[in-house]
Amino acid sequence: MLQRIKTMRSSTRSNLVTYGIVLGFYAAVQLLNAAGLLSSAFIGQLVPICAYVMLAISLNLTVGFLGELSLGHAGFMSIGAFSGVSFWMATQGRIPAWLGVLCALVIGAVCAGIFGLLIGVPVLRLEGDYLAIVTLAFGQIIVNVINALYIGIDARGLHISLKDAASLNLAEDGKVIINGAMGITNIPKASTFTLGIVLVVLTLAVVLNLIHSRAGRAITAIRDNEIAAQSIGINLTKYKLMAFIISAVFAGVAGVLYALNFTSLVSRRFDYNTSITILMFVVLGGMGSIRGSIIAAAALTVLPELMRSFGMESYRMLIYAIVLIAMMLFNSAPAAIEWRKKTAQKLQGVWAAHKKPAGTGSGKGAA
Amino acid sequence: MALLEVSNLGIAFGGLQAVDKLDLRIEQGQLYGLIGPNGAGKTTVFNMLTGVYKPTEGNIVLDGRDITGLPPARISQAGIARTFQNIRLFDKMSVLDNVKVGLHNRYKYNMLTGILRLPAYREKEHEMNREARKLLKIFELDKEEKLTASQLPYGKQRKLEIARALATNPKLLLLDEPAAGMNPNETAELMNTIKFVRDTFHISVLLIEHDMSFVMGICEYITVLNYGRELARGTGKEIRNNPNVIAAYLGGDD
Repeated sequence: MLQRIKTMRSSTRSNLVTYGIVLGFYAAVQLLNAAGLLSSAFIGQLVPICAYVMLAISLNLTVGFLGELSLGHAGFMSIGAFSGVSFWMATQGRIPAWLGVLCALVIGAVCAGIFGLLIGVPVLRLEGDYLAIVTLAFGQIIVNVINALYIGIDARGLHISLKDAASLNLAEDGKVIINGAMGITNIPKASTFTLGIVLVVLTLAVVLNLIHSRAGRAITAIRDNEIAAQSIGINLTKYKLMAFIISAVFAGVAGVLYALNFTSLVSRRFDYNTSITILMFVVLGGMGSIRGSIIAAAALTVLPELMRSFGMESYRMLIYAIVLIAMMLFNSAPAAIEWRKKTAQKLQGVWAAHKKPAGTGSGKGAA
Repeated sequence: MALLEVSNLGIAFGGLQAVDKLDLRIEQGQLYGLIGPNGAGKTTVFNMLTGVYKPTEGNIVLDGRDITGLPPARISQAGIARTFQNIRLFDKMSVLDNVKVGLHNRYKYNMLTGILRLPAYREKEHEMNREARKLLKIFELDKEEKLTASQLPYGKQRKLEIARALATNPKLLLLDEPAAGMNPNETAELMNTIKFVRDTFHISVLLIEHDMSFVMGICEYITVLNYGRELARGTGKEIRNNPNVIAAYLGGDD
């Protein structure tokens, strides 16, 4: 087994570590929970952590691997959330809960994917800052449209209005699902931490496998040099759209997971602040680093809760800012890079010196 | 029939006629040189041949097929590959992956096969690795396959760019100043490599170069460009003795 790990490709090994971190986190939480060591506030954060990890991984596909700055990720999340939860509400008591959740997730994915396509076609013609601004605008449009959307259901089917609940003309037995700015209320909670981890692993598998395949190489090549990518026959539009849509699909699934964790859902929760927060996870974790996205998303989701328990919640934004600036400096300031190199060399020296005397003894055992 | 036939090619940027009435005829297996003073429009010709710019006049016919004005990706599929004057590698990707991207249209499997890791994925990736390593070996880059492209020294980056271009299985390879920044030893080595590539892959090569000994040493036929127009064409010897060319390069009293 050890021998096999040594001989496998470094990317495969790195992927296994990433899966290991997620599963290790799951196991640790289950153990600590069984021992009664977790606060209820932390347990309440578990599903949002999974949702944000999914959002960070999927946004990293667009920002870190395709190299396009998208500021509308929360928009796709809200489309997934509202479409999936609408289905969940409409089919309450008519189909088994597990099937309802599964269908809600699929519907959220499909709807977000369709909007990914619709928005991606015009937006991906733009570059850099322009693309960022337009995705930001689309994100806000989605949130504001849903804010004014009324959907109801009765025996005759779905009723949709942009005016008010009364103009839905529902029959006596009908019920309003999305009630404009009030959103969806009285949602039976269905998300669990286990479901969240399953979805995180699914997202991971799709994104990691994609990146290390033919399509993923094309996407990364576009990021590194668009002109060269074209010159070797890569269809830019196709692969840009592919990355953008896959990214949107998983944002949609994450939206459903997130929404099914609360009893009510309003679209304001998915405004640009949320998009920026997700982008922050990606930047902090390192663009193009899936593992970084996971750790950053989990850590920054827990951080406010942690600070609350120390009575420091009003300093949240201040600490975010300091952490971000420190990470930027650590990642890209020349002095910091030099220091990191030196420290790494020193550590290697210490490690080698430490290993030599110990290594002769344990070497035989390992062989 | 010639492999590449360019007739009456021209492009204007606003009022500036950058290239005018250019004819090129490149035979199968020919090493062809395109030279001229700075700003003569050589790279503009390359950009038209590869679809980066759309010509405003004229035709480009590759192997009997009119490819004028096709987008770059389609032209690559039609059989023209290129390198760039200012090296354009996929900097953050590994040396091996740089070549594997070049194989993109030769070894195909769809996105789902990749995500689900179906048997076809393993098979095609294996073939791609083998083919890519073969190319890297030719350019003596096989030891560096795990490095990222940006970690390579300059001369090797140039080689990697050629390897990547060859991975697309072109009929015609365009090299934009392949010897730029190389020392005489490296240049001599590059000459051999280019000849070797032409003979092994049975392709034609069109190259832009300022190093005259390089051009004269390798090119079987040369077109000289000046102010976007053809100034002269012929074999190396003919070009060397052409008074117009000497005047254009050294400055003469026209």
